[in-house]
Amino acid sequence: MARIGVFVCHCGENISATVDCGKVAETIGKLKHVAYSTDYKYMCSDPGQTIIKDAIKEHNLTGVVVSACSPRMHEPTFRKACAEGGLNPFLCEMANLREHCSWVHEKNDLTTEKAIDIVRSQVEKVKLNSALQPIKVPVTRTALVIGGGIAGIQSALDIANCGHKVVMVERSPSIGGHMSQLSETFPTLDCSQCILTPRMVEVAQHPNITLYTYAEIESVEGFIGNFKVKIRKKAKSLDEKICTGCGLCTTKCPQKKIPNEFEQGMGMRPAIYIPFPQAVPNRPVIDREHCTYYIKGKCKVCEIVCPTKAIRFDQPDEILELEIGAIVVSTGFDIKHADFFPEYGYGKYKDIIDGLQFERLASASGPTTGAILRPSDGQVPKNIVFIACAGSRDPAKGIAYCSKICCMYTAKHAMLYKHKVHEGKAHVFYMDIRSGGKNYDEFVRRAIEEDHVNYIRGRVSTIYERDGKLIVKGVDTLLGAQPVEIVADMVVLATAGIASSGAEELAQKLHVSYDSHKFFAEAHPKLKPVETNTAGIFLAGACQNPKDIPDTVSQASGAAVKVAALFSQSELTREPLVAAVNRSGPPMYSTCVGCFLCQSVCPYQAIEREDFKTRDGKIIKTVAKINEGLCQGCGTCVALCRSKSIDLQGYSNNQVYAEVVALLNEY
Amino acid sequence: MKFGIYPGCSLTGSARDYNESVFALAEAFGLEFTQVPDWNCCGATAAHNLNKELSLALPARILALAEKNGLEEIIVPCAACYSRLVVTRHELKKDPELKNRISEVIEMDYRGTSKILNVIEWIDKYITPKLDEKLVKPFNYKVACYYGCLLVRPNKVLGYDRAEDPQTMDIVMRKIGAETIDYPSKTECCGAGLSISRTDIVSKLSGKIIEDAEHRGADAIIVACPMCHSNLDMRRPDINKYWKTDFKIPVLFVTQAIGLAIGLSPEKVGLKRHFVEVKIS
Ligand SMILES: Cc1cc2nc3c(=O)[nH]c(=O)nc-3n(C[C@H](O)[C@H](O)[C@H](O)COP(=O)(O)OP(=O)(O)OC[C@H]3O[C@@H](n4cnc5c(N)ncnc54)[C@H](O)[C@@H]3O)c2cc1C
Ligand code: SF4
Ligand code: SF4
Ligand code: SF4
Ligand code: SF4
Repeated sequence: MARIGVFVCHCGENISATVDCGKVAETIGKLKHVAYSTDYKYMCSDPGQTIIKDAIKEHNLTGVVVSACSPRMHEPTFRKACAEGGLNPFLCEMANLREHCSWVHEKNDLTTEKAIDIVRSQVEKVKLNSALQPIKVPVTRTALVIGGGIAGIQSALDIANCGHKVVMVERSPSIGGHMSQLSETFPTLDCSQCILTPRMVEVAQHPNITLYTYAEIESVEGFIGNFKVKIRKKAKSLDEKICTGCGLCTTKCPQKKIPNEFEQGMGMRPAIYIPFPQAVPNRPVIDREHCTYYIKGKCKVCEIVCPTKAIRFDQPDEILELEIGAIVVSTGFDIKHADFFPEYGYGKYKDIIDGLQFERLASASGPTTGAILRPSDGQVPKNIVFIACAGSRDPAKGIAYCSKICCMYTAKHAMLYKHKVHEGKAHVFYMDIRSGGKNYDEFVRRAIEEDHVNYIRGRVSTIYERDGKLIVKGVDTLLGAQPVEIVADMVVLATAGIASSGAEELAQKLHVSYDSHKFFAEAHPKLKPVETNTAGIFLAGACQNPKDIPDTVSQASGAAVKVAALFSQSELTREPLVAAVNRSGPPMYSTCVGCFLCQSVCPYQAIEREDFKTRDGKIIKTVAKINEGLCQGCGTCVALCRSKSIDLQGYSNNQVYAEVVALLNEY
Repeated sequence: MKFGIYPGCSLTGSARDYNESVFALAEAFGLEFTQVPDWNCCGATAAHNLNKELSLALPARILALAEKNGLEEIIVPCAACYSRLVVTRHELKKDPELKNRISEVIEMDYRGTSKILNVIEWIDKYITPKLDEKLVKPFNYKVACYYGCLLVRPNKVLGYDRAEDPQTMDIVMRKIGAETIDYPSKTECCGAGLSISRTDIVSKLSGKIIEDAEHRGADAIIVACPMCHSNLDMRRPDINKYWKTDFKIPVLFVTQAIGLAIGLSPEKVGLKRHFVEVKIS
């Protein structure tokens, strides 16, 4: 026989100003099965909690309804109080009289009536509650960081410095990401390589970090604290332990005409190559797609010249299987290239380049050792045009969002150009200048006022080539929409930042959401910006949306803290509000008929198969089983199951039905 | 297969040269046209500036007539007519209610089943496959293909070629031996319908296109639209007066160029009707 206790809180005056709390307690007290009912000014206070604890003992309560604020606020408080009073915490429910009633209604009888209804429905529900035990899952204290840009580097170092093991997987031959390609960085103009390289080296040397470059994620299974990850280490075609990184092979390789990715195609590299001088690890890989030996079956020059005999042409890809507790996704971004723009010639004009190409031109380690020379003929451009928002903020032809970084890097580019070509003229076409950030607007002002960059507010309609010059036709909307025509030597497009290639496939492997632009999606845009909707997988950097280095690094540290917090316990405790497939004795075992429709709809891959076998191992029946570690309690499977074999613990069909019936019936 | 032709007003008027070359080509390749019977004005620039329903009803009537007469494909040599017809089909396809209303207005059942081909599509489909065997006089000239506005725009509706840097006409011209130049004025405005009301604007805009083509060393400008042709050819004296120039570059319809390449006489393809003398033959 149920014996329910009801505790009505005034929440100071938050509830009692419009709800007659005394009347609620009195009315509810008369209901069948309610053994005790009272009201109090602050239920969450120490004396308030004591009232609950005492009543549980005194009245031998089998269930408690605290009628107060939102369960988001104080459910843990009251469940804990109940546990201290000797009641299973999951036999405590909250009726939300504040957000659902007192705050949204005037003071009158109807408001009090509604409050009574809300409490009644919870009384009916709690009668059907059962005692549940929290779920414990073990934690493997090793983190996986996917992507070795500045985001991944920061996260990995932070986690490793907390004393935890980290595995970093980077798909290119070196870590460093886009930051390694940048010349100088806004808003301070410090050299990107100089601040990045030491951190790259730290990753390689950290005793807690294992680095796999030229490697990709093959598959991810499991759940928070217990992921099983397969990594494909692509064959580098050499023995890394023997190779000394002398680089002799890279200078002798006869295949030298491969567009250099690191130089954004503005230089060539051999088939066996180290992507850039500061690469970590500083060892070459053979690009099998372009190597003459793999294409034609002969060459092997590198093998002949290698002083340590490190080359291994028959090296296979290697698959590693790792146990991982938490994952940080930091796969970064790409940019749209000039061939996206029909109005600017589909990439056919050599002197129309993108922002990353300009970074390489301006970089001391770049193809021109830092001189701004135009790609077509190596001349110094006297007149240069930068076009901001190229392809951005244009739902009709490009993409709708603002990439956030390009206003700043365009100001930087114009400034760097002026610093290097004093007599040159720099023009910037822009829509708005978006320079929010510490010292950011000052930086743009500096470009305009001190370096005399000509900012023109307006769009460029077309660019074409005539007599070796680029004719840039645009409009100046601050001068009454006057057409502007600039005869330029070079044009730099500040193209949109887009999701990195393969982001969608990776998101699907990880079972995390991504947005319509294929950027990884955070669990909550404000309150959970580094979490994904899959427990134990976190985000860092530009893989979520284009961001600059300070934002990237902050988020990367945030993700690291989340991982460290997870690793601070050896076991995870989870609320048992998960689905359960019913079980009974033989010969039924369960009403589940084994159709496994539920398996196909579960967004978290939480449904497994369980076999019931005879003693000699013959399978009698296979039914669904919920993996409690993975289930997020969304209830999709419950709604789908045709034989009604699944129920959500704490929110069973019967409980919800009882709530609804209570609301529909008079009392 | 029966296929239809919708000439529109210009092919029977100011662009008789175009008309003659289209028919000459058809004849040479053994193709036969049926003119859409009882055809009417497509509405041109005027209708869609005044009344949307009218601007859809006029082309819809043409299309309904084509359907009624079993014409599965109709070729529309004029780029403006082509645009009006395709836009109408697009609008009526996405709005069935509008389609019913227009059907009532034209007192005919419009279904949208006839395929609409512009002149390049028609050439691609029926001429190019047999071009090699008929080619007798390769068109060994440097040409600037001028597409104008309506052949490739609006891109979302037509779904034809690339709006900013179209290629289809260039490809056809290269097939008959021409060298096509890459130039940015391919789809710049020629002044279009202002030809009559504001000749000065046409002179200015068309002049820029001609200058660009001549500057880049083209021997001829190739077009596929009567309006473009009249602005670049018939308005040449105005253009030269406006710019104080002496542009002599001839303007040919793509069908005329092909006609010459397969050995048809200049008269046969209407070249004698041009204002700017065509020394090419
Ligand atoms: C032209 C330009 C100029 C800029 N200038 C500045 C500046 O001056 N100041 C500033 O603050 N910011 C600047 N930025 C922004 C800066 O580049 C980014 O903030 C930063 O690179 C983001 O770092 P990240 O690690 O998130 O991504 P990335 O640098 O893109 O690194 C991602 C890494 O993940 C790897 N990866 C991708 N996919 C996978 C996969 N599936 N598996 C394994 N590894 C993968 C990539 O190979 C790469 O190494 C600029 C950006 C551009 C485009
Ligand atoms: S020559 Fe041999 S040791 Fe030197 S970098 Fe190449 S593979 Fe390594
Ligand atoms: S075998 Fe391949 S990588 Fe080695 S030298 Fe020849 S082309 Fe270069
Ligand atoms: S950051 Fe500036 S240039 Fe980039 S999309 Fe936004 S407004 Fe345009
Ligand atoms: S409740 Fe949701 S997450 Fe849990 S097993 Fe069912 S469908 Fe999967």
